Amino acid sequence: MPKHELILLKNMMQPGYTGSLTDYEKTGGYQALRNTLGKIAPADVTAIVRKSGLRGRGGAGFPTGVKWGFLPKDYQGPRYLCCNADESEPGTFKDRQLMERDPHQVLEGIVLACYAIGSETAYIYIRGEMVLGSKILEQAIGEARVAGYIGKNILGSGINVDVWVHRGAGAYICGEETALLESLEGKRGLPRIKPPFPATHGLYNKPTVVNNVETLANLPHIITRGPEWFAAIGSPPKSTGTRVFCVSGHVKRPGNYEVPMGMTVRELVYEYAGGMRSDKPLKAFIPGGASAPFLTPAHLDVKLDFEHVAAAGSMLGSGGVTVMEEGTSMVWAALRLMEFFYHESCGKCSPCREGSSWLVQTMRRIFAKRGRMEDLETLLDLCKNIAGRTVCAFGDAEVAPIQSTMKHWRQEYVDLINEAEAANLIRPEPVARR
Amino acid sequence: MTFLEKYKDEISDILSRYPVMRSALIPLLYVAQRDQGYVTESAMQEIAHLLRLTPPQVYETITFYTMFNLKPVGKFHIQVCKSLMCALVGSDTVIEWIKTKLGIGPGELTTDGLFSLSVVECLAACGTGPMMQINEDYYEQLTESKLDRILTDLRSTGTSPLKSGPFMWPEPVKT
Repeated sequence: MPKHELILLKNMMQPGYTGSLTDYEKTGGYQALRNTLGKIAPADVTAIVRKSGLRGRGGAGFPTGVKWGFLPKDYQGPRYLCCNADESEPGTFKDRQLMERDPHQVLEGIVLACYAIGSETAYIYIRGEMVLGSKILEQAIGEARVAGYIGKNILGSGINVDVWVHRGAGAYICGEETALLESLEGKRGLPRIKPPFPATHGLYNKPTVVNNVETLANLPHIITRGPEWFAAIGSPPKSTGTRVFCVSGHVKRPGNYEVPMGMTVRELVYEYAGGMRSDKPLKAFIPGGASAPFLTPAHLDVKLDFEHVAAAGSMLGSGGVTVMEEGTSMVWAALRLMEFFYHESCGKCSPCREGSSWLVQTMRRIFAKRGRMEDLETLLDLCKNIAGRTVCAFGDAEVAPIQSTMKHWRQEYVDLINEAEAANLIRPEPVARR
Repeated sequence: MTFLEKYKDEISDILSRYPVMRSALIPLLYVAQRDQGYVTESAMQEIAHLLRLTPPQVYETITFYTMFNLKPVGKFHIQVCKSLMCALVGSDTVIEWIKTKLGIGPGELTTDGLFSLSVVECLAACGTGPMMQINEDYYEQLTESKLDRILTDLRSTGTSPLKSGPFMWPEPVKT
């Protein structure tokens, strides 16, 4: 079925592929590592990755090679690589597949990244719920250690890299890189104020790089086939390579689809995911996980790359595409996401901690047909005072569902409130205006 | 036997992975939770002592993370995802089924102590919803008959073949 060459999902799509070391080696696995260690200088590996245009696949889309380049060059002492496998953005389930079906692809990427940045220790911070994934990774690490791909003096090159799996314990915020580091240090997962950035003061205050699973899994392919090959895929120059898009919601065939960046949403939803599950037309979609603003059918021809999605008023984020059919209440959808953010706010910054609870209460009131027109002002006012006023990007993310649904489907809010006013039910006293 | 003595080897293996001891806190709490089904106060104190932390430092960390139970849960702890992506494909119905079948709501435990229910946020299985996690296993693409079978299996054998294996969806199409 795929019209495009698969890169990350290629192995696992082969019938009978188990993800074991033998299977991975048969497909050319660990060749990139063999051809790199001691043969290409670490700085050149960074240059190759920079040239490929690879950008972070976790959500922010920061160029990977540039991120590596921020590490202090003359620093003597340990450096760390953290593989961000905390995949907890609602709508995203690609890393789980990459880790559970082809763990060695991720591990090879990790060792390559460690070599490039001069780190001898890597931690895979996997979300706590993915017990199976952590077991599969542990087993794969064991195999790789015996085969000499991980551990001391890898392949006789004198390079040492140790990889450990560290399970999180159920906190969305630990996918934020500095919160991840705090959590890895055995503390509450509260994001740190930046600067200083992890590149200079990361894990245990040492230079640290945090990369997403999918980002790392791309590395062996970039090394083997060259940065020019990678940079030609997708929509160059700024969004190169493929993306594993996670399609969920009201479609016939939800799931992970790896396609070159720059494909339109229409193509992804109607050709790959089989179109809408019933005869109801598409009403709304989220292009990049729960933190990305909602878009409408008018945006179906938007190209799925970093720039075009941003220009349409949303973000590519983690690549989680959630589709909603006609008949879905947008107030309800925004409320569900708001409840998620309310539950997951870490509580460090007042605007987010207090604001999320206020937003959820107001939204619940409107949805229960107990709202009043002033509530709409309150919502927008709160959103304005949360976004951009918090330590991490969570504040911007949590207002996205409300702001975007209010922008495109304001009438649904108004209708619910009109119903409330017509029924003239007893309502709580309005909250005092600030 | 104290907790530390019982898991001596495993604990020293965990400690060897980190240059700073406190990093071992969450992994050690998992060991404690596996032992009793929840993390007891005495285990927390032992861990605090071992890692040279104060008991409040352990407590402040453990209370941040939703996966640690501070009081006993059922032998089978059911967690149903109710985030938007699962809700679009019927997670609220799944919660209702469980309420009817087991007679418990979120945060409750069946009288025989077998099942407890939590309603949780996204578990990263959005393409295969509605879904739930029972103890360490994922169960996806739930239907009422599938749920019945899972509950029956758990009651009789303690495990169910319907749990998810290594994840891949959609599965490869044979050409």
